[in-house]
Amino acid sequence: MTATDLSLPVPAVAAPGNHGTSARRVRSRAWRLLGYAALVLAAAGLLLPFLWMVVASLKTNNDVFTIPITWLPDPVVWRNYVDIWQRSDMTTWLWNTLLLSVIVTFLQVFTGSFAAYGFARVRFPGRNLLFLAYVGTIAVPWQSYMIPQFILMSKLHLSNTLWSIVAIQAFGAIGVFLMKQFYETIPEELSEAARVDGLSEYGIYRRIILPLSRPALASLALLTFTTTWNDYLGPLVYLRSPELRTIQLGLNTFISQYNAEYALIMTGSVLSVLPVAVIFLLGQRYFIEGVASTGLKG
Amino acid sequence: MATLPRTRPRNRRLVSRNTVAGWSFILPNFLGFAALTLLPVVVLFYVAFTNWNVFGVAEWTGTANFRRMWDDSSFWTALRNTVYYAVFHIPLTLAAALGLALLLNRKLRGVRFFRTIAFFPYITSIVAIAVVWNQLFSPEYGPINALLGAVGVDSPPGWTASATWSMPAVIIVGTWRYMGYYMLLFLAGLQTIPAQLYEAAETDGASPWQRFVHVTLPGLRTTTFFVTVLLTIESFKVFDLILVMTGGGPGQSTLVLSQYIYQKGFEENQFGYASAVSIVLFGICFGITVIQFMVNKRRNS
Repeated sequence: MTATDLSLPVPAVAAPGNHGTSARRVRSRAWRLLGYAALVLAAAGLLLPFLWMVVASLKTNNDVFTIPITWLPDPVVWRNYVDIWQRSDMTTWLWNTLLLSVIVTFLQVFTGSFAAYGFARVRFPGRNLLFLAYVGTIAVPWQSYMIPQFILMSKLHLSNTLWSIVAIQAFGAIGVFLMKQFYETIPEELSEAARVDGLSEYGIYRRIILPLSRPALASLALLTFTTTWNDYLGPLVYLRSPELRTIQLGLNTFISQYNAEYALIMTGSVLSVLPVAVIFLLGQRYFIEGVASTGLKG
Repeated sequence: MATLPRTRPRNRRLVSRNTVAGWSFILPNFLGFAALTLLPVVVLFYVAFTNWNVFGVAEWTGTANFRRMWDDSSFWTALRNTVYYAVFHIPLTLAAALGLALLLNRKLRGVRFFRTIAFFPYITSIVAIAVVWNQLFSPEYGPINALLGAVGVDSPPGWTASATWSMPAVIIVGTWRYMGYYMLLFLAGLQTIPAQLYEAAETDGASPWQRFVHVTLPGLRTTTFFVTVLLTIESFKVFDLILVMTGGGPGQSTLVLSQYIYQKGFEENQFGYASAVSIVLFGICFGITVIQFMVNKRRNS
């Protein structure tokens, strides 16, 4: 299932041939139209909340809820995007989140791909059992061990520091899975030849495997970055000081503080989503491959 | 599995060299993983049998926490609400994701663009999603009730302001958020079904529905199984969406297990009792996964 080229879906269901009778052709055309109708409907349902978010972020506060609903802001209030920076600590929140996301992504990609090589390519006693421990944690939600984890973290004096978020996000099993899946698609002969040439396992990892796994590394980096950027529960549990707040935490405090500032709340929401949306659109291919090949989320 | 370097039992040096090499690769990640995931899971089973509080003074209290839980009506409400969410969220998301995947697996224009949009909710933060949907669900002025009014619904629901409708509202948003993600897994599964099977079925005169039942569904068995496992875990641990959208309310109408753990643990500092509730959540997720694996194994053999 690794790196399936999803950009070229196999036309499995509808493959109208020329040999069909005309009745059949009519039916297949109707079928096609139905497909488009369903596509448009589903797209509308998926996009409407985003449209609302952007439109409301550009309205005056009184215009957000009107009867009948207006789907175009009039006047367009660009000022909201200036005001939000003065009314909130957006800069601090964004900076904290960016810092965390970058550090976590770096650590997760590095330790994950390194460990995955050990699981995929080095055979030693106890390896499969160890991997089972990683697999087993898919079935264990973080919510069920957040209490003892918090106790441990407090004992280490890490709670209420940005390090706590780095610690809980950077060593997840997801990186190990994704990279192991990918490494297993690389022919063993390559490493075998390198071994004969006298390259150590570390040399093989660095010189042969790493350069080959760029797409998988990109997938993992994108998934990790997004997960960390969007994480709400981790910061909620661990970060108590206002100056440590991440964008999710900050946005939520802003919402409870100014709960009647509908337009400004939407402005903040747009700003919180924008960086991830841009990154996602740029690296879409890797992102989708990453999800398709692991079936896991952070 | 890839072919691994052959190690013969008599070649002890190679084994020990590989052991050192293997562990050295795994260790950087494993240290963090063990300290922050494995250890907490083990400690959980100790804390749950104590009266651990914020001062860290813990006495062994045996099954006291569990006996208290048995008589705790809030716990049962949380459990019931979690099951309520799961019972609707799992089939709805499964159906929506499979439907979308089948739609996108056809040769239609704009399929790529659509796949991108379907994925958007999943990469959007919970806080932003919750606040947007709360506006959409706004009982008096929101577009959803405006739409319902336009199609002739006399008294549209109060959604997150009503104890009856807040859970359905949360389920709708949960399904909307996750269907694109699972769709992708189904889409990957669909690619693995050989096109010849469909051609053969068509030659035999099978209708589209028959092809779906006899070719698509059996071909997707592994994917469906995997998706169901992930969906089940995801449903039972549901938390952040509800926390931001409804805060568990109105009243306790959307209070779920994870939130109850959070309340008892981090708001009331009853770490011992919160851990006991955590064990229930742990048991449900782990137990259901094991059962699903066993059923799947039996069905395959």
